[in-house]
Amino acid sequence: MTKVTSLADLKKMKEVLDAERAKYTKHLHVCGGTGCHAAQSIGLDANLKEILADKGLNQEVQVTMTGCFGFCEKGPIVKVVHDNTFYTEVTPKDARDIVDEHIVKGSKINRLLYTDPVTNEQVSDSQQMGFYKKQHRIALRNCGAINPENIEDSIINDGYLALGKVLTQLDAQQTIDIIKKSGLRGRGGGGFPTGLKWDITSKVTADQKYVVCNADEGDPGAFMDRAILEGDPHSVIEAMAICGYSIGASIGLVYIRAEYPLAITRLKMAINQARELGLLGKNILGKGFDFDIELRYGAGAFVCGEETALIHSMEGLRGEPTFKPPFPSVSGYLGKPTNVNNVETFANIPVIINNGAEWFASIGTEKSKGTKVFALAGKINNVGLIEVPMGITLREIIFEIGGGIKDGKKFKAVQTGGPSGGCLTEKHLDTPIDYDNLVEVGSMMGSGGMIVLDEDDCMVSVAKFYLDFIVEESCGKCTPCRIGNKRLYEILEKITQGKGTMEDMERLKNLSSVIKDTSLCGLGQTSPNPVLSTIQNFKEEYLEHIIDKKCRSGQCKALLHYDIEAELCVGCTACKRCCPVNAITGDKKQPHVINQDICIKCGACEEKCAFDAISIKLEKKIHTEHGND
Amino acid sequence: MISKIISEEKTNIIEEVNLASKKEAGDTIQKLDKTATMYTYASTEKGNVKVKLKLSDEKIKKIQEICQLFNNEAGELINVLHQTQHALGYLPAEVQEVIAHSLNVSTAHVYGVVTFYSYFTMIPKGRFPISICTGTACYVRGAEKVLEEFKRQLGIVVGETSADGKFSLSCLRCVGACGLAPVVLVGEKVYGRVSPDGVKAIIEAYKDK
Ligand SMILES: Cc1cc2nc3c(=O)[nH]c(=O)nc-3n(C[C@H](O)[C@H](O)[C@H](O)COP(=O)(O)O)c2cc1C
Ligand code: SF4
Ligand code: SF4
Ligand code: SF4
Ligand code: FES
Ligand code: FES
Repeated sequence: MTKVTSLADLKKMKEVLDAERAKYTKHLHVCGGTGCHAAQSIGLDANLKEILADKGLNQEVQVTMTGCFGFCEKGPIVKVVHDNTFYTEVTPKDARDIVDEHIVKGSKINRLLYTDPVTNEQVSDSQQMGFYKKQHRIALRNCGAINPENIEDSIINDGYLALGKVLTQLDAQQTIDIIKKSGLRGRGGGGFPTGLKWDITSKVTADQKYVVCNADEGDPGAFMDRAILEGDPHSVIEAMAICGYSIGASIGLVYIRAEYPLAITRLKMAINQARELGLLGKNILGKGFDFDIELRYGAGAFVCGEETALIHSMEGLRGEPTFKPPFPSVSGYLGKPTNVNNVETFANIPVIINNGAEWFASIGTEKSKGTKVFALAGKINNVGLIEVPMGITLREIIFEIGGGIKDGKKFKAVQTGGPSGGCLTEKHLDTPIDYDNLVEVGSMMGSGGMIVLDEDDCMVSVAKFYLDFIVEESCGKCTPCRIGNKRLYEILEKITQGKGTMEDMERLKNLSSVIKDTSLCGLGQTSPNPVLSTIQNFKEEYLEHIIDKKCRSGQCKALLHYDIEAELCVGCTACKRCCPVNAITGDKKQPHVINQDICIKCGACEEKCAFDAISIKLEKKIHTEHGND
Repeated sequence: MISKIISEEKTNIIEEVNLASKKEAGDTIQKLDKTATMYTYASTEKGNVKVKLKLSDEKIKKIQEICQLFNNEAGELINVLHQTQHALGYLPAEVQEVIAHSLNVSTAHVYGVVTFYSYFTMIPKGRFPISICTGTACYVRGAEKVLEEFKRQLGIVVGETSADGKFSLSCLRCVGACGLAPVVLVGEKVYGRVSPDGVKAIIEAYKDK
């Protein structure tokens, strides 16, 4: 590859690439994200290419393997670009029909079209799909639209033009001012104004400064950053260079989870391609600016997403947080001024530079500008990755974009903010989502996990799930977090086993406030949130567990029992034979009985019984010999 | 004969043992000095024993080369550990000692870092490492029941390796395929929408490999 040595060069390259691309009359985009990879999209891509080549159509039709479309639930996805057709659940075998029917004859293949779960109608135009209609894709603009493994595809889509603009037309302060004016806030969870952070770091004098991209993505049900790095790594590289120019840093570091092999591969590829073109390295675009990027690997510790811990981890130490101030902007990696931003924050930067601060600030609410990417998951029809303007309501997200609750069940709650966040209910459905509103109603934006829960979920168990995570991930440096969270977990465990008392409710609240007030870092300071918000919004469920010894969703095993209905039992002995602990007794052709003291509630008998005589009862079985316990 | 190396201490037998699989690689097992503080656990038919591996010269050289790749800089410890684990499969105490020596830091420092990060393991993984996603999306769609079924069928708990060295069991949080929840990984292969009933078929697929 010849080097691009000026902005004019870059623009010329784009023109040539545009012309080359225009030779193709049709484009097929095949999803190559993690979800679709798992569902054989590689075979599909290969089949499409082979069949097109066989027919001599490979000069007319271009097949591109892209990053995630966001609609992973119905993957693998194929998009026929010229008429916006959106095919779902496509198998490698379907490649032939797509070519023969759609490409050659121009007729859409009905069986591969998406059926809207709300209207039950087939939708072929992706812009008309409920899932996409209310989305506004800025950070995800190129995910599902370009080949992330080819820098040329990025350049066709305006990649590195913003860097060119900054280097040729703006000085550092002017660049920072644009970001400030755009109102962009950090997408990693805290929501700190990005321009202000850059400004602070730029004003500290030092012989070396660093730009760090936080790609640790620790929230255990979220994959926004991963999708961006896998689908559009160049936007992050370009943004880090812009940041380096603004604050006066020549080295960028990406701290990325080792558990993300595909993202690492694509990021490395992208960095190498940018270097080959001279878009990273010395004297970028002939403007005397040097910048290069290295990778550092996380090793599975949630707390390392916290910026001071992250920096210690990059230094080869245990990833334990330290007290702020000093902030990384003043003293960070190796004691030098370090600007830490999240992947999604960076992905917004090039578009803001290209389209202007006013454009960006016109999207969103008064204090939260732009869009936010969420990983929408749980008991919802359209699980996937979405990007919505700030200010949208939960109702729009869940019932329009998400297509409503799975299997016609009833909505119960939605959890945002991951282990630091909280559960919101029916009454919050119409709250416009932004940083401040979410905090006001007892949750937080977090990095973008959004888990929808239905009537089958037990809220005490959900709180316990997050506490379990926190106990495992606390770094142990300070006592309230290390011991306090363990105690919180134990109390929740007690309640889910039907051994809770009313005093436990008070204990949960008191302990929570001590942990929040006295922990050193953000992990401990927010760890009781899942407990507090479920107590606030679902107090009656806690009370049922404690007083009635009942779990209405049937999740808490200790609080339910299996029972045989004597009238329905024909005495076939099937259940008796399958019980692993011999808890069932009864003679042939006589009603059988389960001994509750022996039963381990494995559920095998219920499945085995062909006469529906065995069922789950939600209350704890009251043993006659112990009286009412 | 040692059949597997495990994580938990169950007994304290100290004896000379012969680890067939390790021998192939040229390592030998040493009788453990009673005062030794760093050791590797191995399970024998008689129970679990503490052993000390004597690494083959070849392996030691390999580790030293990795350290050299990073200029023996202490600040590169985590990168060194990643590469070493990639090359050897795990990071037993004896390997940590070599690294500590090369980077000129204490073994305790290396040990502190290895145990802090869940990605690093001191127990060799099975040939087909099974990881169950216990991220939130998978949890609400029944990951726990799937995990229970794997434990039951393999007869091991999380963090252990099966006696034949074939399977090991671990949990991880969100692999980015939440749309397919609950998700199970065997090596790098992703299985989506796994139900407890489907567990058997997954294990069967690797039984004869
Ligand atoms: C316990 C904890 C975990 C965090 N995990 C992440 C993470 O996974 N990714 C991330 O970008 N920020 C994470 N953060 C926030 C970072 O500390 C930091 O604020 C952020 O990377 C700054 O970038 P931003 O301003 O662009 O959001 C975490 C914070 C805490 C307290
Ligand atoms: S609050 Fe928890 S995670 Fe944070 S420093 Fe203290 S112990 Fe570590
Ligand atoms: S399987 Fe059903 S019908 Fe047969 S003995 Fe058991 S409870 Fe009765
Ligand atoms: S639930 Fe399981 S343990 Fe209990 S009676 Fe049925 S088969 Fe036996
Ligand atoms: S991975 Fe294909 S749509 Fe998400
Ligand atoms: S939570 Fe399991 S894949 Fe995301």
